[in-house]
Amino acid sequence: MNDITMWAEVAAFVGGGLAMGFGAIGAAVGEGYAAASANAAISRNPEVSGEVFKTMLVGQAVAESAAIFALVVAMLLVFANVGENASWMTVTVFLSSGLCMGLGAIGSGVGSGFPAGAACEGTARQPAMGGRLVTNMLIGSAVCQTPAIFALVVSFILMFTNFSDRPVNPTWAAILGAGLASGLGAIGSGLGGGLVAQASCEGVARKPEAAGTLTNVMLLGQAVTQTTAIYGMLVSFILMFKAFDPAGTTLAPAMALLSAGICMGIGAIGPGVGEGFAAQSAVGWIARNENATAELTRTMLVGQAVAESTGIYALVVALVLIFVV
Amino acid sequence: MAIEGADIIKAAGLLGAGLSMGLGAIGPGVGEGMAAAKACEAIGRNPKEAGLLTRTMLVGQAVSESTGIYSLVIALLLLFVV
Repeated sequence: MNDITMWAEVAAFVGGGLAMGFGAIGAAVGEGYAAASANAAISRNPEVSGEVFKTMLVGQAVAESAAIFALVVAMLLVFANVGENASWMTVTVFLSSGLCMGLGAIGSGVGSGFPAGAACEGTARQPAMGGRLVTNMLIGSAVCQTPAIFALVVSFILMFTNFSDRPVNPTWAAILGAGLASGLGAIGSGLGGGLVAQASCEGVARKPEAAGTLTNVMLLGQAVTQTTAIYGMLVSFILMFKAFDPAGTTLAPAMALLSAGICMGIGAIGPGVGEGFAAQSAVGWIARNENATAELTRTMLVGQAVAESTGIYALVVALVLIFVV
Repeated sequence: MAIEGADIIKAAGLLGAGLSMGLGAIGPGVGEGMAAAKACEAIGRNPKEAGLLTRTMLVGQAVSESTGIYSLVIALLLLFVV
């Protein structure tokens, strides 16, 4: 066993640990929130405890999926077959795909817990709307899972792409940057999307007549919160598939690519959460005052557009780091 | 084989640019979202004042955007000037 093969084994184990360790945070918090809300709901209206229990389990199952993605990636890494032709890129591929999936599962896990909790409390409040609430919860939490799915896709592509014909020097950094861009970039969008879905489930229980409008505005608000995770995935794809010139032994070209991934990944968190706050409030107030739907939707979109701006700055800086510097 | 000092400085500048813009984007994103959330709440209570509320929201967001722009400026300085 040569030196690099040993480090590749080390990286596969560390990557697997990071994937499952980080990946377990979000789902556990989200499911705990759902269970807490289910208890609150049952104490308020014990007669529908069966319905609430069922809603809680369905909601928790969706939140769990982010952790299951992380488990799959961790298993693949732990049992990865490190060949004799491992290079330093193999080392970074294992670390990067583990980090990507682990970080990417945090936001979606927590976010999916919010609509599950709100659906449980809503079922206690309006037992007749139970079915509609579960539908609304499932639509909302499915959208929350998309950032985790982006992270899963990127970590699979990292693991199953053959990078061996690329120059080792800047490519190791591009691989690491790609994982961080999608992984960190998924946190904000997952959380933000969850806040919107929570408000929508609360709203359906508060005002069942407005259920259609609430679902539609929820989807609109969630779509905007997902944009920064999509920027993260875009940067990851560029980093994974662009052919970089060999950089010899210089450090700067590699650092530009790593920095692009970190910049887009961290830069996507704030706008994702902030846009979630805006849409949460808009959806919540549409349930209270349906006549103002047009004004609320417009203000939500304008406010989200402004909150998006720093995410766009981060995208611009990341693209400058990749293509210009 | 040795990495030269100038190369390390350049690499640090590039990494700093990414960190500056990445971390600097968190605060304005969250803060502007909160401003928009409160504007929506206020419009929900009093839809007649939607125009005034949206204007106030935009002014407030513009101010909270400033730190994001500072981060962008620092990032661009690190990339192209320093």
